[in-house]
Amino acid sequence: MKYVDEYRDGDASQQCAETIRQLVTRPWLIMEICGGQTHAIVRYGIDQLLPAEVELLHGPGCPVCVTPSGSIDKAIEIAARPEVIFTSFGDMLRVPGSSTNLMNARAQGGDVRIVYSPLDALQIARENPERTVVFFAVGFETTAPATAMAVYQARQLGIENFLLLVSHVLVPPAMEAILSSPDTRVQGFLAAGHVCTVMGYDEYPPIAAKYQIPIVVTGFEPLDILQGLLMCLRQLEEGRAEVENQYARSVRAQGNQSARKMLREVFEVVPRHWRGIGEIPQSGLGLAPAFADFDAEGRFGLANHSGGDSTECISGLILQGRAKPAACPAFGKRCTPEHPLGAPMVSSEGACAAYYRHRAHASPEPVASESEAPA
Amino acid sequence: MSSKDDFTLNCPTPLAADAEISLAHGSGGALTHRLLEQLFLPAFHNPMLDARHDGAMLELGDTRLAFSTDSYVVQPLFFPGGNIGDLAINGTVSDLAMCGARPHYLSAGLILEEGFPMEQLEGIVSSMQCAARRADVQLVTGDTKVVEKGCGDGIFINTSGIGVIEGNTSVAPARVENGDLIILSGDLGRHGIAVMAAREGLDFGVTIASDTAPLSLPVLSLLAAGIDLHCLRDLTRGGLATALVEVAETAQADFSIKERAIPVSEPVRGACEILGLDPLYVANEGRFVAWVAAAEAEHALEIMHGHPLGTGACIIGRVTEGDHGAVTMETHIGGKRAIDMLSGEQLPRIC
Repeated sequence: MKYVDEYRDGDASQQCAETIRQLVTRPWLIMEICGGQTHAIVRYGIDQLLPAEVELLHGPGCPVCVTPSGSIDKAIEIAARPEVIFTSFGDMLRVPGSSTNLMNARAQGGDVRIVYSPLDALQIARENPERTVVFFAVGFETTAPATAMAVYQARQLGIENFLLLVSHVLVPPAMEAILSSPDTRVQGFLAAGHVCTVMGYDEYPPIAAKYQIPIVVTGFEPLDILQGLLMCLRQLEEGRAEVENQYARSVRAQGNQSARKMLREVFEVVPRHWRGIGEIPQSGLGLAPAFADFDAEGRFGLANHSGGDSTECISGLILQGRAKPAACPAFGKRCTPEHPLGAPMVSSEGACAAYYRHRAHASPEPVASESEAPA
Repeated sequence: MSSKDDFTLNCPTPLAADAEISLAHGSGGALTHRLLEQLFLPAFHNPMLDARHDGAMLELGDTRLAFSTDSYVVQPLFFPGGNIGDLAINGTVSDLAMCGARPHYLSAGLILEEGFPMEQLEGIVSSMQCAARRADVQLVTGDTKVVEKGCGDGIFINTSGIGVIEGNTSVAPARVENGDLIILSGDLGRHGIAVMAAREGLDFGVTIASDTAPLSLPVLSLLAAGIDLHCLRDLTRGGLATALVEVAETAQADFSIKERAIPVSEPVRGACEILGLDPLYVANEGRFVAWVAAAEAEHALEIMHGHPLGTGACIIGRVTEGDHGAVTMETHIGGKRAIDMLSGEQLPRIC
């Protein structure tokens, strides 16, 4: 398959890994932001090709993982309404809220449907004028433009039975949150190529300068990641802290101008709670006042779901790159993809799921019986 | 955020374990296995069931029989390459073949929903007839029930079948040996992608047809050529990965496979890339894996290449030393990856 096979080439990957081995003179810690990159690293065993000095830390760039349980609880409350068709990307369905998930909400009679695009949800709204169609708008700058387009079209077409439950988040504020932590271990970043395809990378030079950290915009195939690592490690070895673009075949410095314009029109930047991390100011997108009519939270007057979370799962440490999945006592035992304690075990982009699926893991222990589970 | 101390370690409390049946219990993956291990096997425990084969192997006098059953609930009922009718015949025929048996007789139970179009039923029955003829089996008993509108999904079909295990053929996970080579009969994922595309109305610019086929045909060719098949497993809902892990666990053997050796057609690869699916976990209805001694592998491949249902056959890996039930894959770039069963349903990713 052209444009994919070239970037999964075994010989080229081995060559790139060899160049890295010759370059590196001391230990370095590099964080890949995006869960898609984490998945590729573990799936292809990219970390196994690296010298022992290079450690990869997995970042918070998994949209499913960082959506707070309070948002899931709101989604479940909306999905239970008889007049509602609740639409969502597939991998949100199994993410635990504070007590259950959308898959169970569907099993209990909620009309919950998987869509591949918010525009599909809009189409469902057009086909079901007597129902209220709600789309669960999650994800980073990558999915936000399609959400914006759907609500923009709904406005144009005069569709009033289409609402959004918005939980979009932004990447650069999360990077700053990690870097501003006093005990951060991150020495270099691989920035998320797809986010930069939309947003460009003009937000990054101030971060690189302020924290003296190299940032390399990187793609998702094995060779992309190895090249991104090579560029980042070369900067580290040479004492530079610049923004470089490995993913030039997709990313322009200014990003996708029309997508950015659409985002500016439909959304405003808001504070957002990140699962496992807490509230980060200016880190999310919410509907701008001009589009408030499409806000499901406003329409349904939802109760405040703060999300009663347990403290057993260490997803906060995982999402900040402060711990690896295997360091969690519950990993692969009481926390499995079938019975996840935390979102990183659910999503195909979650670090715990990536390790569980692609690396050997401990045998699951029997899951908690119903009587042990909270009411 | 102002400081590190603001980081809170939020995480949800555990969900009640399996309080209700979810779709994942029927996905053929880990939850299906838990249902088997924790509910069905303890309830009905006997040596034939405990062998955990695709069908039961029974001895009646001097005759060794294979007996298997399967239910079909696919939506949409008609998809490129087949429909629920030929699927129901081929599936049970293939299950019998995986026991090393020659399929002979099938039963069919149809559960129809009130209002189901007669024309569609005729089309399904006609496909069942063609599939039975192709597989050289006879449908000798059956049953029909009609449920009220809204209580079914158009049509559900159950088929059961019996076949005869001839000569001294012995095909079972227990026969898998260190050094055996693992042969895959063709490319992966056609059925799963064909049904998903038809169900979701996805247009990949090219029609991907289901691979549904009676696997007895190539298996009987292998047996007729005198190949000593140690074990066979057809790839169904959980894909290649789940089939390999099932056999590895039952046989208490370790397998090593090469990603580079596993064939996936361009259209299926493209669809999987778009949907974020792993072809190793996508459903098949006309592919199987065979474990044979290394010395016989080339001959087995030759036989399969001579059969229309085995033209894409290839060696994908081997049985290695070890008894952990572990399957390891060497990736395209030379890394190692553990292969696990399908967890839950395959859900399309966000981005």
